Amino acid sequence: MAEERVITCINCPMGCRMTVTLEDGKVVSVSGNTCKRGETYAHQECTTPVRMVTAVVPVEGSRLPCSVKTRQPIPKALIPACMKVLSETTLKKPVHAGDAVAVNVCGTGIDVIATRSVL
Amino acid sequence: MRTKKELVIIGGGPAGLAAAIAAWEDGIRDMVVLEREHNPGGILRQCIHNGFGLHRFGEELTGPEYAQRDIDKALELGIPIACDTTVLSLSEDRVVSCVSQKEGYQEIEAGAVILAMGCRERPRGALGTPGTRCAGVYTAGTAQKFVNLEGFMPGKRVVILGSGDIGLIMARRMTLQGAKVLACVELMPFSSGLNRNIVQCLQDYNIPLYLSHTVTRIDGRERLTGVAVSEVGPDRKPIPGTEQYFECDTLLLSVGLIPENELSRTAHVHLSPVTSGAEVDDSLQTSIPGIFACGNVLHVHDLVDYVSEESFKAGHAAAAFVRGNLKVGRTVKVRDGKGVRGTVPQSIRLDAEDGVRLMFRPDAVYKNATVRVLCGEREIAKRRQMIFTPGEMAVIDLKKEIVKGLDADLTVEVG
Ligand SMILES: Cc1cc2nc3c(=O)[nH]c(=O)nc-3n(C[C@H](O)[C@H](O)[C@H](O)COP(=O)(O)OP(=O)(O)OC[C@H]3O[C@@H](n4cnc5c(N)ncnc54)[C@H](O)[C@@H]3O)c2cc1C
Ligand code: SF4
Repeated sequence: MAEERVITCINCPMGCRMTVTLEDGKVVSVSGNTCKRGETYAHQECTTPVRMVTAVVPVEGSRLPCSVKTRQPIPKALIPACMKVLSETTLKKPVHAGDAVAVNVCGTGIDVIATRSVL
Repeated sequence: MRTKKELVIIGGGPAGLAAAIAAWEDGIRDMVVLEREHNPGGILRQCIHNGFGLHRFGEELTGPEYAQRDIDKALELGIPIACDTTVLSLSEDRVVSCVSQKEGYQEIEAGAVILAMGCRERPRGALGTPGTRCAGVYTAGTAQKFVNLEGFMPGKRVVILGSGDIGLIMARRMTLQGAKVLACVELMPFSSGLNRNIVQCLQDYNIPLYLSHTVTRIDGRERLTGVAVSEVGPDRKPIPGTEQYFECDTLLLSVGLIPENELSRTAHVHLSPVTSGAEVDDSLQTSIPGIFACGNVLHVHDLVDYVSEESFKAGHAAAAFVRGNLKVGRTVKVRDGKGVRGTVPQSIRLDAEDGVRLMFRPDAVYKNATVRVLCGEREIAKRRQMIFTPGEMAVIDLKKEIVKGLDADLTVEVG
């Protein structure tokens, strides 16, 4: 089944509006991009979109929460599930930047790590 | 108490830290960084999203991670950072008055001063939106501080006025924390935010962006209850009959940043009406000898990487000043030409020893355009770029050989 999607390239301020044609979930054509980077992005975004997730998590005995991030981008569809895991997480001191806060979050194989230390 | 220091740096954000590191590397030891918050790091501490440091470190870091690299470096070198210390005033002869709980009131006679106080957000008062003065109206940065540093949510149903990056980032942040963001409303026909943020912060969460719209009324007695939004015409005035109403408990303002220059004023530093920051030469020295400025207090940057780069330069120059080695001879002026606003630096020393990077913002969107630098009538540099937008600072570099040959004032233009 053919499907057309219009997306904006995020790689530079041109913000090219690209029309992507998909067949059975596969990209068959991209138009509207000015350069090759747009095409690469269109493929990624229309087949396996990923995002970094950043948030804060409470730390026992600390007034201020600890900021965290996924070590790598995770599938976009898993963002709500990842946020849910984090909303149920509380850390214990000491937390060091780089420590895993949630291992293999939502089965992605990717850890959520602390981005600052709470000692 | 009155003491002396060779170098005083005001502000412990990325600008102040980078300047301190550079001066230390040049052998200055008798220095201090004064920071009014409890921790160094500046505004990056609350910018928990990633996207910082790609230019400088070749990887994308979150704000706290970027800041920590400089903090670690400063601590490792042994640079003294006095936190919880607010600078109250600065005089023309470089006396810094500050106050802290620990030390009380102090005056420091400084051999050189680096201004690195950052910027603040334009508050509601600067906008003149009619309506009641109820709770629930915050700048996007204040909301960012609540959510990311203190861990609490300022509201549940949110409208955002202005589509600057901080507003866009907060649209996503509040959504992920369970709030309903109803709309992002932008006065101009284009957003000043990055495309990446429009896609990943608004479109990903189906938050509508209303371009050429503005908030025309703010309702609520104690707490905000709703806002009226209208479309605006080319004159940016609301078009009657286009009003729509959003019931909400929170309005976030993301309508621009202004350099924080109260202290520069007390020292009678000459400020540019265009950038709202000091006017500086290529060594980042202001109109007052021995007072330097860098980072967002000088002009609002969108990339912290450039803040650090500029601030290293200021640190080196201040160190040279302390040693009596900073060359200041004749200068040529750098003026904004067609299509260009707020070029920094505003002057270049004829005996500058390095190349100079000119930074500016275009006054509108220009596609397939060229930026040119003229020395008198002579073209000395040009660069073509696919797009220039006011939301993104543009740069053009003048090579060392070119700087050596300057003989007239410069004009920067885009078209
Ligand atoms: C709310 C907000 C969000 C931002 N988000 C982003 C973003 O997402 N991405 C991005 O690239 N850029 C962002 N910026 C821009 C960002 O500010 C710069 O990239 C960078 O942090 C500027 O560094 P700086 O050191 O010049 O200023 P700052 O980081 O603001 O540091 C200035 C420091 O000076 C201190 N100070 C000020 N006055 C005094 C005084 N009188 N006495 C003692 N200390 C003082 C302040 O407490 C602060 O720590 C944001 C800016 C703001 C205001
Ligand atoms: S397609 Fe190329 S030119 Fe267009 S926005 Fe993407 S990177 Fe920029």
